Amino acid sequence: MGAINEIAARLLETGEAKVVIGYGEGSFGSVRPAFARNQEEAEKLIYDKRCTQNLAMYVYKKEISPLRKLAIVANVSTLRGIIRLASENQIKNGDIITLYINELGEVIECKALSEIEICLAEITPEIKPEDKELIDKLDAMTPQERWNFWISEMESCIKCYACRQACPLCYCTQCAVEVNQPQWIPVAANTSGNLEWHITRAMHLSGRCVECGQCGEACPVNIPIHLLPIKLAEEIKNIYGTVSGMKIQESNTLSTFKPDDKENFIG
Amino acid sequence: MENDFEPKIVAFVCNWCTYAGADLTGTSRIKYSPNVKIIRFPCTGRIDFMLLLKAFSNGADGVIVSGCHPNDCHYTSGNFHARRRWVVFRTLLDFMGIDINRITFTWVSAAEGAKWAEVVNTTASKIKELGPYEAYRKITNEIWES
Amino acid sequence: MSKIKKLSKESFPLLIKKISETQHVYGPVSQGKRISYQRISSADELASDFIIPDMSAKSFVFPKIEKLFSYTKNKDGVEVQDINLDNIPHRVVVGIRPCDAAGMESLKAIFSWDPSDPIFETRLKRTTFIGLACNQADDYCFCTSLGGSPGDTKGSDILLTKTDTGDYIAEILTSKGEKIVTLAPDLFQDVEGDLQKEKFLANVPKRFDNSDLQNKINAAFNTDVFDEYAMRCMGCSACAFVCPICACFDIQDETKGSKGQRVRLWDSCGAKLFTLHTSGHNPRETQGARWRQRLMHKFSYMPERLEVRGCVGCGRCSRRCPVDMNIAESLNQLIIDN
Repeated sequence: MGAINEIAARLLETGEAKVVIGYGEGSFGSVRPAFARNQEEAEKLIYDKRCTQNLAMYVYKKEISPLRKLAIVANVSTLRGIIRLASENQIKNGDIITLYINELGEVIECKALSEIEICLAEITPEIKPEDKELIDKLDAMTPQERWNFWISEMESCIKCYACRQACPLCYCTQCAVEVNQPQWIPVAANTSGNLEWHITRAMHLSGRCVECGQCGEACPVNIPIHLLPIKLAEEIKNIYGTVSGMKIQESNTLSTFKPDDKENFIG
Repeated sequence: MENDFEPKIVAFVCNWCTYAGADLTGTSRIKYSPNVKIIRFPCTGRIDFMLLLKAFSNGADGVIVSGCHPNDCHYTSGNFHARRRWVVFRTLLDFMGIDINRITFTWVSAAEGAKWAEVVNTTASKIKELGPYEAYRKITNEIWES
Repeated sequence: MSKIKKLSKESFPLLIKKISETQHVYGPVSQGKRISYQRISSADELASDFIIPDMSAKSFVFPKIEKLFSYTKNKDGVEVQDINLDNIPHRVVVGIRPCDAAGMESLKAIFSWDPSDPIFETRLKRTTFIGLACNQADDYCFCTSLGGSPGDTKGSDILLTKTDTGDYIAEILTSKGEKIVTLAPDLFQDVEGDLQKEKFLANVPKRFDNSDLQNKINAAFNTDVFDEYAMRCMGCSACAFVCPICACFDIQDETKGSKGQRVRLWDSCGAKLFTLHTSGHNPRETQGARWRQRLMHKFSYMPERLEVRGCVGCGRCSRRCPVDMNIAESLNQLIIDN
């Protein structure tokens, strides 16, 4: 039995947590989110290289949230998701125990949110090389080529909203697309409706996105939709120097300002 | 070659500075391009990015966004918030290949009637140069044509 | 009326060319990381070496956006324009998988169930399916557990099976299939004896015994098995939208100025909004209740009312699920437990 199983078993036994959100063996060599509520289930939790999914979105999920107090097995993106949720007052100190597994495979048990911040202080977040490559490739294109690229991707979108559901920060009980007076975004999955949806999603995540790329992972038709919020996160880092999901006290970049903020396009 | 294309330009302006500025353009009897349709908002901070997209999907060829100069906002900070929003929004549009040359961002105060005329005239001639925004119209009309 | 012919590997592209002279031809095309059914003009464009296209073929008969009628408001009232069924194109889909083709039978049962849907019927009538039997399968495929097979002819007008020489065994199954043959009769060769089609088919092992599935799933209705399995379900609609049979839809009015149109769009029972009442009450409150509905509809309500199942075992929903909700595994569990 690994460290993660022992800790999960202890937390459940002492009643410090009612459920441990983690990873379990999935279909045909894959992993899947798993929920341990008793000793037997705690034994089945796993953690290895395949466990890249950001589980932070389960924290506020209707079926899981009432089981608080929660414990969660966390990789770096899950940690950042939790910190961001705390910044937005969706989690408060003491709601959740985080079992962060660091690069050496050690399990670090964080009972207070401030302990997660300490773990994150040692990490320099980087986007995946393949995402960086595609962003650079798109940046090097002419606007017309970029338009053609995205329009051909948008045509394939079926508006299943897997991108939204997989996102740790899409916790609104009523999404902008579900508002119909007025109907801002067409319900139909036509090209313009899809384009407007993905622009809206990226804008609503700007300054908040923790760059886990879960939206793109979840897409059943393989649209690299995660590049939109990630591109904005990179730009925000460059211009305003803020990185989302590293510190609880960080402010939301898009709802604050400095009087001397620079831009080069307002005449 | 004679260019007889008359662009449709939608201007989203704040009530306190640019709208008053545009009023001054009129009372000063300054002539300017009639291609612009002005929509008044309480503040640039209220101008949702979706409004710009809706303008394009409803047939606009160009958009102007204008409000109070920094430090002059009637609500003290609406334009500062808007400024960050437009920085991010412009990045996103450019990354998706949407023509950002079709959007003019500017600050026009209530005293700058002449500047408003110039902003509209420059934008109108630029959009005239660029031609109708066929690319965006094509995707928004798709559902109506089939 | 099944008739067996041979179509050589050289004749196959010629057949596509011949058909595309008079009709629109569609087939699985590879586009970056996606394989989807697209319009093609030659056989070269077809993707090769893949298990199954990412999206099912249902969009040929039940597209993601279906215009039902349009209307214009004027000073005298509202003028309604019905859609013109004559505009629905004649199409030929080449390379549809046997599971997708079998799904057409279930869709037909849904859309002709009191009252029958003229748009769907016309689309189906005007689409010819030239199936391609599967010579490879993956772990997610489970057609054989639900009575299908990698060489199932159900739903296809012609079924091709690729042999080890690259030539095809062509089973001409319907009059629509016959019509394709008459376009280029010389390309199809007569055959004698048994061509042993089974030899060239993928092996899809049975995952479960379906003999008492309906009773077993009914028996599980009040158990917590669905809640347990759906704990990780995120509530997106990916499974329903990639499914060859899921046919739940949403009706919306799209408007622009004084004109508008009523459209039928894909919808999914997995989404919270699907059953949410205006009052705020939601009869399917949890993701478990929604997962139960998904399984019950496919394996209990549809067999009961329409005498067909709502699943052909293509495995797309499980392959595409971001959190690994595996329908075959869930069914297997139900069968064992009940």
